[in-house]
Amino acid sequence: MTAPHAAHAANAGRHSDREAARRSRVLMKGNEAIAEAAIQAGCDAYFGYPITPQAELLEWMARRMPELGRAFVQAESELGAINMALGAAATGARVMVSSSSPGISLMAEGMSYMAGSGTPMVLVNIMRAGPGLGSIGPSQSDYFQATKGHGHGDYRVPVLAPASISEAMELMATAFELAERYRTPVMVVADGIMGQAMEPVELKFRCPERRTFDWVLTGAAGRPARIVRSIDLQPELLEKRNLDLQHKYAEIARREVRWSGYLLDDAEYVLVAYGTAARVARSAVDKARAKGVKVGLFRPITLWPFPSRELARLAGRTHGMLTVELSSGQMVEDVRLAVEGRCPIAFHGRMGGLVPTPDEVLGALKALRGKVERTRHAHAAKEGGEK
Amino acid sequence: MTVHRDTRAAPAGSAPSSATPAVAHPVDPHAPRLVYARPEVLVDRSTHYCPGCGHGVVHRLLAEVLTELYLPAHTIAVAPVGCAVFAYDYLSVDFVEAPHGRAPAVATGIRRVRPEAFVLTYQGDGDLAAIGTAEIVHAAARGENITAIFVNNGIYGMTGGQMAPTTLVGQKTTSSPSGREAASMGYPIRITEMLAQLEGVGYAARGSVADAGQIGKLKAMIKRACQIQLAHGGFALVEALSNCPVGWGMTPRESLEHLRGPVAQAYPLGVIVDRLAAPPKDTFAETCPAPAHPEA
Repeated sequence: MTAPHAAHAANAGRHSDREAARRSRVLMKGNEAIAEAAIQAGCDAYFGYPITPQAELLEWMARRMPELGRAFVQAESELGAINMALGAAATGARVMVSSSSPGISLMAEGMSYMAGSGTPMVLVNIMRAGPGLGSIGPSQSDYFQATKGHGHGDYRVPVLAPASISEAMELMATAFELAERYRTPVMVVADGIMGQAMEPVELKFRCPERRTFDWVLTGAAGRPARIVRSIDLQPELLEKRNLDLQHKYAEIARREVRWSGYLLDDAEYVLVAYGTAARVARSAVDKARAKGVKVGLFRPITLWPFPSRELARLAGRTHGMLTVELSSGQMVEDVRLAVEGRCPIAFHGRMGGLVPTPDEVLGALKALRGKVERTRHAHAAKEGGEK
Repeated sequence: MTVHRDTRAAPAGSAPSSATPAVAHPVDPHAPRLVYARPEVLVDRSTHYCPGCGHGVVHRLLAEVLTELYLPAHTIAVAPVGCAVFAYDYLSVDFVEAPHGRAPAVATGIRRVRPEAFVLTYQGDGDLAAIGTAEIVHAAARGENITAIFVNNGIYGMTGGQMAPTTLVGQKTTSSPSGREAASMGYPIRITEMLAQLEGVGYAARGSVADAGQIGKLKAMIKRACQIQLAHGGFALVEALSNCPVGWGMTPRESLEHLRGPVAQAYPLGVIVDRLAAPPKDTFAETCPAPAHPEA
């Protein structure tokens, strides 16, 4: 990979700024861009296992990490990979693993241990369609798994959902930041399209500042021995550990909600979608706007913490919301919980590796609008009749 | 960080017994000589292990070896799931707790980012020889430069004495109440012999805690397994045959007799592979070419 050219443009005029920006853009595959962004974010160690559609991520790491004198191991399984991550992270290294849906199921055990022992790590899930072996097509059917729990126990992990390769690159740095700030695993979820598609990206990277940790294992020279663990056989101690975790999650929920809006100011109807589905939804918004329908897009970037408050506020001045997902309807449950009946919620999704078209979304939107308007007419008629 | 590799005795008079810290004392031939004491790295506390259990002996040996090799301050150890999950309550070194069976993977992660650390795993037979077979086999195959202590008592102790892959044929456990029947429950797994086949393994040996003589030999094996790591000799494994009086339904004395008898018959004791050992002299002479310029 070539070095960024942006530096040449430091004091140049507007034209050369643009020229430099153009030149610093390269065409990169999502998996590779995510891998390089992690490297530039200071990832010290990567552990992985081959699985489609994330294999290029592993391959990129296999080439780049040894080149930089950093750790790369192709593990014997996803179980092996996540536990290598646990070991490396316990010593304070900046650690990443990646996989795709079936592999994430195997990593659930390690996630639970890392959440319980407060071990930072970034896990990328390039989601494919399930259940079971399913297929390698793009999917968002791991939303429940990512946001409601993977392994056992009362824990949460921040979940970041990029909708473009550039955003994925930026979010890798954010993911490491969150992981280390809150001593927690952090998930980045993207579907197979995000992993496989190529997009022009600017080679702009960010490396979060290194913190000093007072809990990492380095050998107990000149200090008492440290233990990284999740076990507490005494119920009172384990409850305290859990309360500490919940306190941490409350803080994350308060401070780390991220979302993005598109044409929401005057929107009568709102599409809610993340990742690839949000890109389809955005095309649908543009098409609807061209026909004069006032539609906007609400795109959660953190799936947990979910932007519930922001969505609820929006629902108060919206005729209806349509959630679009590459699933049977998983995030829509959180949308309903957030909106609490303030407006009607509809859903449109495709499964099995299929992606809905903007026209399909418009069809679903039309159905929602029809239903909303019929209800309004009925209410109006009823109120008129009562007078 | 310097890891001490010199295992020879400290200055004369300091009597490098297992217990004595490696500092020079003034020589006084009439002073009583300390021959046995608790190594500092072994925590002074009451044990949670059952009466007669062999884990305490293995902990003690580890503490002695780590002390003799100046390792406690450089050690990052991995605790298993099972009775020895609380190993960190007895050894005051840095510890991380692994999920069931995953200690070799956790140790791999540590090894790869902390090349200067001394990395140690401690696992039981349910942990290492059943749920963790993939992790142990591949850590060994990669030749991860770690030292693995494998305590084999032929049973799942902590969960109440169920059959392990290492349980002897005919042995009664809570999940093989009529005794392990080979036809449906298979045969004991000799994992140390299996691992010894792998080129990444620098050292593989099996000892026992059955009596003082065996314990002495076991300590030498543990020490060798640690030295192999310090010499970057690859993966080193010591299997310690141990007893579980409660799980076996025996008194401690009976369990030790059982350990000396049927258990040691099923699991032969000794060093299985030591790839760093000097080859026998005649072999060396045959394979070594004569020097090009022999000295006059």
